[in-house]
Amino acid sequence: MFEAVLLTVITAATPLLIAAVGELVVERSGVLNLGVEGMMIMGAVIGFAVANQTGSGSLGVVAAVVAGMAMSALFAFLVLFLVANQVATGLALTILGIGLSGMIGEAFIGVPGLDLPQLYIPVLSEIPFIGPVFFQQDALVYLSFALVAAVAYCLFRTRLGLVLRAVGDNHGSAHALGYSVLKIRFMAILFGGACAGLAGAYLSLAYTPQWVENMTAGRGWIALALVVFSSWLPLRVVVGAYLFGAVSVLNLHAQALEFDIPSQLLSSLPYLATIGVLVLISANRRLTLVNTPACLGKPFVPDR
Amino acid sequence: MRIELVKRKEHSRTMALLSPLIAVALTALSAAILFSITGHNPLIGLYKFFIEPLTQQWSLEATIDKATPLILIGCGLAVCYLSNNWNIGAEGQFVVGALFGSALPILFPSFENVITLPLMLLFGAIGGALWALIPALLKTRFNTNEILTSLMLVYVAGLLLDYLVRGPWRDPDGYNFPESRIFSDAATLPEVFGGAMSLSAPITIVIAIVLAIVLAKTLKGFEIRVMGESPRAGSFAGFSAKRLTLFSFAIAGALAGLAGTMEVSGALNQLLPSISPGYGFTAIIVAFLGRLNPIGIIIAGFVLALSYIGGEGVQSAMGVSNEIASVIQGLLLFFVLACDTLILYRIRMVSRRVPTGEASHV
Repeated sequence: MFEAVLLTVITAATPLLIAAVGELVVERSGVLNLGVEGMMIMGAVIGFAVANQTGSGSLGVVAAVVAGMAMSALFAFLVLFLVANQVATGLALTILGIGLSGMIGEAFIGVPGLDLPQLYIPVLSEIPFIGPVFFQQDALVYLSFALVAAVAYCLFRTRLGLVLRAVGDNHGSAHALGYSVLKIRFMAILFGGACAGLAGAYLSLAYTPQWVENMTAGRGWIALALVVFSSWLPLRVVVGAYLFGAVSVLNLHAQALEFDIPSQLLSSLPYLATIGVLVLISANRRLTLVNTPACLGKPFVPDR
Repeated sequence: MRIELVKRKEHSRTMALLSPLIAVALTALSAAILFSITGHNPLIGLYKFFIEPLTQQWSLEATIDKATPLILIGCGLAVCYLSNNWNIGAEGQFVVGALFGSALPILFPSFENVITLPLMLLFGAIGGALWALIPALLKTRFNTNEILTSLMLVYVAGLLLDYLVRGPWRDPDGYNFPESRIFSDAATLPEVFGGAMSLSAPITIVIAIVLAIVLAKTLKGFEIRVMGESPRAGSFAGFSAKRLTLFSFAIAGALAGLAGTMEVSGALNQLLPSISPGYGFTAIIVAFLGRLNPIGIIIAGFVLALSYIGGEGVQSAMGVSNEIASVIQGLLLFFVLACDTLILYRIRMVSRRVPTGEASHV
């Protein structure tokens, strides 16, 4: 029983983790992309469609990543080149993504999906309890952890990370030092788009291998909240994602235990928990002020 | 050759008027491309989508019905966005307003007299305002990001509605369908102008005009605009950012709640598991297309309402997915935001030869 619960927590947490770590990089560069939900749902539908047409789950995943990047490029063009309002543009991206995905996905409603194969790591996967939980997951679960480790290393141990953080904290100085603020932000936005697309693919290819309209159900927004929760530190995103993964599967397991609680209340728990966590974190000024990128959401127009 | 933006010395008034029109034109162009890609005649598609709804009486009436909640919600959102408060949870405020407004006819169905309807509308506005005040209070008290909290409350409101119509508020004589009892005549918003529109339409127009005057001519309107553009300057004038956050959220919530109550009382006549085709989100587009100006929002509300009716039109006439409506709505917001750049910046072609040092210092 406990093992089964843990397995569902992992599958629920993985898309949150991937999307949140991508957005963390975007925000570290000083850009707030509220379109995670829209990029994620496009990843979900394109990933499903391509996997369905080609019969290859990996191709589906690649296509989803490309779809997420394409959406984020659109966002980048508006906020970087046209200096459009980041909040409003992010919202536009979400609205457009939900609409487009509905249109593309109409042909795939009710079509049985393709499940990503589980990767069995030899020997280790045969250990009782630990084996099935840690060493019999699909590739994206392992990838999500690799991604977090890579981002954490890059941000705080490499020159690239230093420049990225400099751009996010003081774009004026970074520009004066000769770094191209817009180019770096563009790269960060594309990375965020790729991650959101990947997270979407996980939903439609692994979490529930099918296409359902609006299947992201606010996960993109929860990923955004996770970035705040983590106070922009990659390793804390893991804690947050797994916490929220656990909350979101409560519904499933509480029904099995036949608690006498309205299912709608259980379904609303992840959203209420998000609000609760945001309040707790943001009430702590010291924690948030230290790591919040100082230029978050502020547009940069190079003075030529 | 390189294209770059050059900041204008002041806002371009011409562009402020032109940019929404350019955005609509670009959206229509993209819609034509979209029709072609999906294998339909783009001209017929555009006609069915944007023009035909305006040529028949029934579709014109349906357009007014859809435009009404969009305009009312959009007006409230404009107050928020002008003052730099990012309320994106109007959809939830609409739903909770509808719940508060419906409490009277559902819990006390025998309470039927002349004050039933005014009380319902009042409750609806209060309900929406209370729901909107949650993110506002969290923002002012704990500095919590209002974008995320207001949006999370949309999902909670939707689940609350779902719970009520399937549980305690389900019609006792309704054969177990997930819907509330039908409202009595006293709780139904009457139609006006010979049945051409619900009373909600004139109410909405009056509110929009009042709001336009308040924003343009009163101290409160000035406060809203100053605090949005320069909170520091505003604080020197003695305006409180926190009080304004609470005020703007309360207004937006009240208008969304009023719209929700008028929708269930007028158009639906009962509560259903879903009472809005995303009005709260579409109203965000309405607010921006209307340049955050109530009069502009009235026009923008009709444009977006057309997309709902036009979407149904192309679906039934040409077999295009009616999801095309939300794609077109999303594109429209993109183009509106992109074209707004033209108000503050000029686009200029620069040849690569120009020495970068003295290229432009405007």
